Amino acid sequence: MNLSAPSNRECLIALVNNESGQQVEKCYQCGKCTAGCPVSYAFDLMPNQVIRLIQLGMKEQVLSCRSIWLCASCAVCTARCPRNIDLAAVMDSLRGMARREGVAATGRGHNVFLFNKNFLQSIKKYGRLFELATMLSFNLKSGRPFREADAGLAMLQRGKLKFSVTRTRGQAEVARIFERVAAVESGAGKCN
Amino acid sequence: MRIGVFICWCGSNIGGVVDVPRVVEAVSALPGVACCSDYKYMCSEPGQEKIRRAIAEHRLDRVVVASCSPRLHENTFRQVLAASGLNPYLLEMANIREHCAWVHQQEPAKATAKAIDLVRRAVAKAGKLEPLHSAAIPVTRRALVVGGGVAGMQAALDIAEAGYQVVLVEKEPSIGGKMAMLDKTFPTLDCAACIITPRMAAVARHPAIKLLTHAEVTAINGYVGNFKITVRQKARSVDYDKCTGCGICQEKCPCTVNSEYDQGLGTRKAIYVSFPQAVPNKPVIDRAHCRRFTRGKCGVCQQVCPSGAVDYAQEDVLFEEEVGAVVLATGYDLFDWTRAYGEYGYGRYPNVITGLQFERMNNANGPTGGKIRRPSDGGVPENVVFIQCVGSRDEAKGKEYCSRVCCLYTAKQARQVLEKIPGAKVHVFYIDVRCAGKAYEEFYQDAVARGACYIRGRVSKIYPTGDKLMVRGADTLLGRPVEIEAGLVVLATAMVPGAGGAELARLAGVSTGKDGFFQEIHPKLRPVESSTAGIFLAGSCQGPRDIPDTVAHAGAAAVKVCALFARGEIITEPVVARINERLCTGCLACRLVCPYRAVEPKSIPARGGAPERTVAVVNSGLCQGCGACSATCRSGAIDLAGFSNEQLLAEISALCH
Amino acid sequence: MQLAYYPGCSWETSGREYDLSARLAGGKLGLEFIEIKDWNCCGSSAGHSTSRLLATALAARNLALAEKMGLDLTAPCASCYQRLALARHDLLADGQLRKQVNRITGHTFHGNMRVRSILEVVASLGGEHIAARVVKPLRNLKVAAYYGCLLVRPRAVQVDDPENPQMMEKIMAVAGAEVLAWSHKTECCGTSLAMNNDQLALPLVAGILEAASLSGADCIVCACPLCHFNLDYRQKKVNRVLGTGYQLPVFYFTQLLGVALGLEPGRLGLFDHFVNTKPVLQLVS
Repeated sequence: MNLSAPSNRECLIALVNNESGQQVEKCYQCGKCTAGCPVSYAFDLMPNQVIRLIQLGMKEQVLSCRSIWLCASCAVCTARCPRNIDLAAVMDSLRGMARREGVAATGRGHNVFLFNKNFLQSIKKYGRLFELATMLSFNLKSGRPFREADAGLAMLQRGKLKFSVTRTRGQAEVARIFERVAAVESGAGKCN
Repeated sequence: MRIGVFICWCGSNIGGVVDVPRVVEAVSALPGVACCSDYKYMCSEPGQEKIRRAIAEHRLDRVVVASCSPRLHENTFRQVLAASGLNPYLLEMANIREHCAWVHQQEPAKATAKAIDLVRRAVAKAGKLEPLHSAAIPVTRRALVVGGGVAGMQAALDIAEAGYQVVLVEKEPSIGGKMAMLDKTFPTLDCAACIITPRMAAVARHPAIKLLTHAEVTAINGYVGNFKITVRQKARSVDYDKCTGCGICQEKCPCTVNSEYDQGLGTRKAIYVSFPQAVPNKPVIDRAHCRRFTRGKCGVCQQVCPSGAVDYAQEDVLFEEEVGAVVLATGYDLFDWTRAYGEYGYGRYPNVITGLQFERMNNANGPTGGKIRRPSDGGVPENVVFIQCVGSRDEAKGKEYCSRVCCLYTAKQARQVLEKIPGAKVHVFYIDVRCAGKAYEEFYQDAVARGACYIRGRVSKIYPTGDKLMVRGADTLLGRPVEIEAGLVVLATAMVPGAGGAELARLAGVSTGKDGFFQEIHPKLRPVESSTAGIFLAGSCQGPRDIPDTVAHAGAAAVKVCALFARGEIITEPVVARINERLCTGCLACRLVCPYRAVEPKSIPARGGAPERTVAVVNSGLCQGCGACSATCRSGAIDLAGFSNEQLLAEISALCH
Repeated sequence: MQLAYYPGCSWETSGREYDLSARLAGGKLGLEFIEIKDWNCCGSSAGHSTSRLLATALAARNLALAEKMGLDLTAPCASCYQRLALARHDLLADGQLRKQVNRITGHTFHGNMRVRSILEVVASLGGEHIAARVVKPLRNLKVAAYYGCLLVRPRAVQVDDPENPQMMEKIMAVAGAEVLAWSHKTECCGTSLAMNNDQLALPLVAGILEAASLSGADCIVCACPLCHFNLDYRQKKVNRVLGTGYQLPVFYFTQLLGVALGLEPGRLGLFDHFVNTKPVLQLVS
């Protein structure tokens, strides 16, 4: 790859740092994050490679990788990083950036994207999570209507499934939180 | 008043930011300035010659040099004045590099204006300068060396060989330090004991060296050339004049304790000689563990001692030594990984050991007689994993710095595993392999060629699976996590300043860096001098270093001591506080603020037959010219020579002009 | 001790037994939980994965509500705890953010309250306080305490050591159980992935079950409804897909503590789990 090609390296680093509150240029690529990551086996890029791509300014590659979606937010990387970089926070920021820049998640990454979207829609609508409706809606949208149907059945048998949700009186307030955050973020920075 | 001003470009350091010709122009117009010129490198010989010539040509009586920090070249330029027949203290410097060009690189116009201000200040002060004169103080030609490891022994022997007396104080019962614990040393693979034990014997035998083991320095008073040291000889509970070192006491002692020398992998008795080649080769009683002292019972050693040397009543003894110079050689300790690295088990897994524990195990003198074994069951580990940078290069859990020696000793230990355990597998996790040293890269490559498998990545976790340890790391070159089942894991733990270093720094009044290592006064030009005159640094107490570098450093410290002794006297710095006894009220507030303990009360007869009164007096040997007393004195009785109130006011009014 | 109680969205469904047992055991220990009226979802991983600002704002509303009650907040769910505690940490560390978030939520949060995990609340009562109330020690029961991620990471909100936490061990030991040292107590169970890519979480669950079995544990105790569901419900699936045969009951620490405090097992929801708990509970009685 040609590293002398024009890139927005400084802009990408600044944006990620600003969003995540981290300093990704401090990473010296020891790989301890990768070594401890419980889901790295399913990643297309290792956690240290994600940071490396940011360090080199490769925005498209980093925002389109599956790993940023499959990250389980367990923060083992964060807890053990010798350079005090909160990589879990960086992953959060990358997902947000991908969403804002319209970079579509693919494959299993798309499932995560869909799930999160459904989850938040439920909160926006009810103020709290409506488990059953969220799972059913997710199943329909991800094209696997009977996914974990046995779980639903088992929960039903144990009285753990509810067909309604306790709506909060502050539901309108919660919906407003969503709108106001969206308004703030519509002005958030991008890199070309 | 005829003041000459000389502005230095310092290559592009100053000239690249400050408009030097503009400064020359502005300064030339100042009152009292007889000449002003500039040069690329004022500190170089042509630059100095320029000043000398100007002094003669313009009959200058004061000189201002505007260049770098006076810490760097004030002395250089003072010598130039002296060579021209001027009193060297008629020099004033303006720091237009560190205080100006370097910190205002983005604003050259403002930097130039500031440079002019700084020079104007210096010119104003130069007009008020007075000649100052140094005095000579005789030097006690006897050195104290603190620490009996390879650094301290080297310094002591070098000074002693030059014909001066040395007092060597070691806190442990034996000299030898960490090096006496090692097996072989890189990159030559010569055995550490073969190098260090003859040196230990030479120290003990040397007529000019007074060896005090099991002892510690408790006070350092005085000043360069004239230190008074207090040493505590800790009670050994054994009379060394009577003891023959026969060893029966250790044999019969019923109390077994973990051996510090064997790093907890072996045991010793409560009355013990640290190791067979110890110097002195006589035992001490470890009172924290001895049954006689902990429970009041026992007494076996006293009963079996054929020479009646065991003396339970022995007490610590304090005594004083007078020396002219001090060498601190207190070495390093290993970073305590068991408190920081939970992911490696916090020390709960017996088969995770440190590099130093590996050395003990690998040493023919050690707990396994030189065999590499699993501490858990004594079995042969067929898979050995080495992890570098444990505590080093880890600002989160350990130290930010690189410990410099671990790459090479790990390569050495990897080779030793491959040699001693046929068919063994060796994996080394590293971030970078740093081999900056003569024959070091070759040595590392040799370890690779012999079969050590280097994996670039850190280890995230070690956990037991059955009788094995699972090591989860990453191969960043491959871009994958990797797992290795290991029988033994060796951690290359960071070097940290030796225990007691902070206390010794306080006693000696020397400064330490942010990591606790003693701070040298200049990293390049004065690497063995501490912030206190007459106190020198040797070896890893100043920063992580390997044996060759330690020996070189210790030799350099010895040379500095010998140079001081050879001169026989020290020329005192005349920039010291002076007390005007007529104005002094004897409140002694100055004494409270003096960091160098240089102020003492003194009684003087009062005028007119009144009773005696107290005034403060400054010991000019101790005074370092910091000015704290002068600033504190309410009656204005104290002036710092070269920084008098009058001179400072002249500077301030020039700046406010 | 009074605490503002934040039940979390799973309190009536997948995490019901945690809520039940926490309230009951807490009551026995003199803890009074007052539910925050009108609380909203903390956003969980979906929130912070989508927008840090959104996650902080959703949590901040709850913090402000608790602050108005004049009480510290406690949450049984580890995920809720982490989200609420992290939001509090970020809001206290950054005055600008606090102003912005206060505008977004419409509630002013000043920072005059703490967020405490229920595990830490119980542990802070001290061994003697708990021991004095134990009427039915959990003799013969070997437990592997599982903390997962959210209680011990990241550093700013960890309730205990991230590599070798001991809080649950201390509580279980006081309750009379034998606590085991084991290797996977803070490994991730992959629950956030399990909801959308369940097959990815199976190896993670399997690793934890294997380590717990190897240590000789009769059961796992945990302090998170998400971990619980993942380890309990998905155990069958692990067995089916990976060909294993784990039968390790998974309890909330409040359930076993409740048993020791003399509460009736049925009321604690001890028989509502997926893996059969009866054989293990017989060990105790």
